[in-house]
Amino acid sequence: MWRYVLRRLLQAIPVFIGTTLLIYLLVFALPGDPIQALAGDKPVPENVLNTLRDRYNLNDPVLVQYAKYMFGLFQGDLGENYTGQKVSEMLSGRWVVTAQLALTAWTFELVVGIALGAWAGLRRGRLADTLVLGGTTLLIAVPVFVLGYTAQIVFGLNWKIFPSAGTDQGWPVSYLLPGMVLGSLGLSYVARLTRTSLAENLRADYVRTARAKGLGRTRVVGRHALRNSLIPVVTYLGVDFGSLMGGAIVTEGIFNLPGVGQQVFQSIQLKEGPVVVGAVTLLVLIFLLVNLIVDLLYGWLDPRIRYE
Amino acid sequence: MTKHKEVDPTGPAGAAPAPAPGAGAGAPGTSAAAVAEAGGTVGGQAASLWHDAWRELRGRWVFWGSLVILALVAAMALFPSLFTGRGVNQGCDPNLSKLGPSGDHWFGTDLAGCDYFSHVVHGARPTLLIGVAVTLFAFLIALVFGMLAGYYGGPLDALIARITDVFFGLPFVLGATVILVAFPSHGPGAMTLVLVLLGWTTMIRIMRAQVIAVRDADYVQAARLLGASDRRIMTRHILPNAIAPVIVVATLNVGNVIAGEATLDFLGVGLQYPQVSWGLQLNLAQSYFVDHPHLLLFPAVFLSATVLSFLMLGDAVRDALDPKLR
Amino acid sequence: MELTKEPDAVPPPRDAPEDGHLLEVDDLHVEFRVRGRDVQAVNGLSYTLAEGETVAILGESGSGKSVAAQAVMGILDTPPARVTQGSVRLRGEELLGLPERRRRAFRGDRISMIFQDALSALNPVFTVGDQITEMYRVHRGLRRKPARDKAVELMERVRIPSARQRLGDYPHQFSGGMRQRIMIAMALALEPDVLIADEPTTALDVTVQAQIMRLLAELQDELRMGLVLITHDLGVVAGVADRIVVMYAGSVAEQAPARELYARPAHPYTAGLLASVPRLDQRGGPLVPIKGAPPDPAALPPGCPFRPRCPRAEAVCAAERPPLVTVGPGHAAACHFAEEVHGAC
Repeated sequence: MWRYVLRRLLQAIPVFIGTTLLIYLLVFALPGDPIQALAGDKPVPENVLNTLRDRYNLNDPVLVQYAKYMFGLFQGDLGENYTGQKVSEMLSGRWVVTAQLALTAWTFELVVGIALGAWAGLRRGRLADTLVLGGTTLLIAVPVFVLGYTAQIVFGLNWKIFPSAGTDQGWPVSYLLPGMVLGSLGLSYVARLTRTSLAENLRADYVRTARAKGLGRTRVVGRHALRNSLIPVVTYLGVDFGSLMGGAIVTEGIFNLPGVGQQVFQSIQLKEGPVVVGAVTLLVLIFLLVNLIVDLLYGWLDPRIRYE
Repeated sequence: MTKHKEVDPTGPAGAAPAPAPGAGAGAPGTSAAAVAEAGGTVGGQAASLWHDAWRELRGRWVFWGSLVILALVAAMALFPSLFTGRGVNQGCDPNLSKLGPSGDHWFGTDLAGCDYFSHVVHGARPTLLIGVAVTLFAFLIALVFGMLAGYYGGPLDALIARITDVFFGLPFVLGATVILVAFPSHGPGAMTLVLVLLGWTTMIRIMRAQVIAVRDADYVQAARLLGASDRRIMTRHILPNAIAPVIVVATLNVGNVIAGEATLDFLGVGLQYPQVSWGLQLNLAQSYFVDHPHLLLFPAVFLSATVLSFLMLGDAVRDALDPKLR
Repeated sequence: MELTKEPDAVPPPRDAPEDGHLLEVDDLHVEFRVRGRDVQAVNGLSYTLAEGETVAILGESGSGKSVAAQAVMGILDTPPARVTQGSVRLRGEELLGLPERRRRAFRGDRISMIFQDALSALNPVFTVGDQITEMYRVHRGLRRKPARDKAVELMERVRIPSARQRLGDYPHQFSGGMRQRIMIAMALALEPDVLIADEPTTALDVTVQAQIMRLLAELQDELRMGLVLITHDLGVVAGVADRIVVMYAGSVAEQAPARELYARPAHPYTAGLLASVPRLDQRGGPLVPIKGAPPDPAALPPGCPFRPRCPRAEAVCAAERPPLVTVGPGHAAACHFAEEVHGAC
C-alpha cells in the first residue's frame, strides 16, 4: 500500500506543475498585454496597471514569472485587485460557505445517486430503470444555472419549501436547495455509474459463488456486488469535484451564498480579472488535491490496483 | 490522473464505462472486444457492426425524436430567415420591454424590447456552431494522437499520456473561466479555441484504449506479415474497428460542450453583447426571471432540448453498437 | 481435527433415507427465456448419488451440465432460467418446491459447490479470510475470533502453507492452485453432504490438476460426502468417478459405472468421445474426432439430438426420440441401437 501511495504522490507532481504552468501561460504569456486584457473594456488608471505589471513580474522571463507566482501562491498570496486589496483577504471567511455547500451537494449526490442507481440496476430493463435513466439524462441536459433559477423560483419563491436565497437560516437549511441543484449533475452520473456497474457485477462469477454459499439476498447484493460496483463511483468523485467547483460559482451566484464561488461570480461581472484568476487557480489546486486523495482511496477500495 | 480513471466526465457515456479491470474503457472496450473477437475480414466486419447498429436504431423512437429536434435546431442555425423576418437585434422598441408572449411576439420581448422569438432563433447558430466545431476539432486531435500513442506505444505514448494528464487537471468550467477572463476577445472563434484546448482529453483516452485493444488482433498481425505499411495498417485496419466508441462519446460531447458554453456565457466570460446566443440571453435577463419567467423559459427550453437530443442520440447509438449493455 | 456443528443448526436433521440415496435428481427440466423464446437447456436429467460416491457428469460445453448443477443448487437466475419439471431430493427431502429462505439454509451447508475459475469466483475486494469466515458467521452465527480460528484450520486442511498469515491476503495474491484450494475450503467449511464441483481443474496446469483431484478425493473420504464432478474431460473422470452420466444437448445420452462405460459404451456419442482421446492401452491407433458441432439448444432437431453427427443414424432416429434403454446392471443409453453398440465392443 505504501508503495502505491508513494507512486501516486510522485505521479501527481508533474501534473501539478504542468497544470499550473498551463494556466499561467494561458493567462499571462499570451500575446498582448495580459493586465489590460484582465481589465477587459473597464477603464483602469495607468498607474494601477503599472503596479499590477510589476506585481506579476511581467518584465521577467516567463519561467521566472511562473516560479515567483507559484512561490507566492504557496505563501497564500493570490494577488490583488485593482484597488490594492489582497485576493486572499477577500476570500477569507468565504471558504466555510463553499465547503458547506460542496459537502451538502456531495452527500446528496452520493446518497441519492447510489440509491437510485442500485434501484435501477436491480430492476434493469424495467420501469424503475427507464425512469432513472430518463430522469438522469434530463438532469444532465439542463445546464446548472437553468436548474438553479427554476428551483429557486418554484421551490423557493412559489412553494416556499426552502429559503430562496442567502444563508440566514444557516447550515443545513439554507444550503439544501443550492446543494441539491449543485449536486444534481453528479447525482445523475453517480446513479448511472452505479446502475451499469451493479447490473454488470450481479452477473459476475463471485456473486454466483456468494449465492452458492447460502447468503441472503441482502448480503449478496449489499456486501458482495455493491462493494465492487462502488469502485467506479469513487473514481468518478474525483472528476466530479471539478464540475462541482465550477458549479459552485454558478450556484453561489444564483442563491446569493457568500462563498468563494460568489466572489468569482461577482468579480467576473465587475471585470476584476486578477481576482478571478487568483481564486480559480486556487480552486484548481484544490481539485488536484482532491483527485489525489480519491486516487489513494481507490487503491484502498480495490486491492488489485495496489500491486500493479 | 491515472489510467484507471477512464470514467468519462463529459457525457452519459461515463455512466456506462465502469472501469472494469483490464477492460480499459469499459463499454467502449467491450464493443472493441466484440469487434476484435469477430476476427475475419476487416472492412466488412466494421461495416456489419454499423449495419446492425442501424437496423437496431431504425426501430427506436428516441433516435428519431432526437434527430427531428436536432434537424429543427440546425435549420434555425443555417437559415434563420425561414423562421423570423427580423435580423439580429433588429426591430427593437424600448417601450415594449419585457412583454409576455403574445400574437405579435410569440415568446414575448426582452429587456431592450427586442422580439424574443427571433432572438432564440438567431441564438441557435453560435450555440450549435461552437458545440459542433469544438467536438470536431477535439475528435480529430483524439483520433490522430490517440492512434499514434496507442499504435506505437513507448515514449511517444508516455509523452502524450502525461500531456493529457496535465490538461485533464483543468476542469472544464473552471479552466475556461480562468483562461477566458484573460482572453483579449470573446468571439465564437476564441471560444472554440479555448474549449477545444480543454475538451480533447476524454476522447483521446478512449481512442488510445481502443487502438491498443485492436492493435494485437490477428488480422492486424496478418496485415503486418503481408508487408502492409504502418500507415496503411492504421488507416485501413485499426481505424474502422476502433472508432465506434469515440464517435459515441463525440456525440455526447456536443451536448456537453453546448451546455458548458451556455454556462460560460451566463457567467459573463463567454460571448458578449452584441453577439446572440441562448446562454447570453439568459445572462442578460438573469435579474428579471422572477417577475418575467418567459425570459428564462424560452432560451432554457431550447438549450436543454438541444443538449438532451445530443445526449439521447449518443446513448441510442451506443446501445445499438453494443447490445451487451442492454 | 474436526469441524463441529452446533446442535441447533438451521437445516433439518439428517436421517438416512430408506433407499440409501443421498441425492436424487429426477427428470429435471430447465428452460431459458431468450429474446422471447423458450430454450430447453436441460431436458430430463436423472441421476442418483450415494454417500461417499462420485458421479461424474460428462458433456461438451452447452450440453446443459453446468445449468443442471446450478438448478440443483438453486442458484440459477430466475428469470431468465426456470425449472419447469422434475425433482431434486436431498436425503429424501424435496428441494425444488421450498421457499427461498429454507432453500438457502441448505446451500453451502448441506450442499456446496465449487467453480471452474477460482479467480473470478472469489470476490476480488475481500480477503480470503473474510470470504471463508463468512460461512461460519452467516450459517452458524460464530463471532469473528472463533470463525477465524476455524478458517485457519480449514486452510491448513486443504494444505495452504502458513495459513494464518495468508488469511489477510486477497485472491489475486494466490496462485491458481492455491485459489482453488481456497474455494474448496470455503465449500467444505460446514462439512456438506454433497459437493458439486463444476470443472474444478479446467483452469489449472496438469500437475496442479492432479493435486487438486487427489485433495478432493481425500476430503471426500474423510467427510463421507457425495461428489458430483462436472467436466468435459474424460481424463479427469477416469481415476475418480464411480459412475458416469454422459450428457448431450440437455439430456442423458448414457449412464453407467465408470469401468463399464469405458469398456463397453452403449451410445455412439460415448463411443465417439472415447475414440477421440488418446489412450495408453491402445497405442498407435488412430484418433477419430466426432464430426460436426453440438446442436444449438434453441433449435434442436426432432428425434435424436445426436442424429446429425451420428455414424449409425437411420430413418428412425429422425422420427423418434430414443428413450433410455437398460443394457446392463446400472447401464442405460438413449439410443435406438443401444444393444448393438453395447454388444459391438
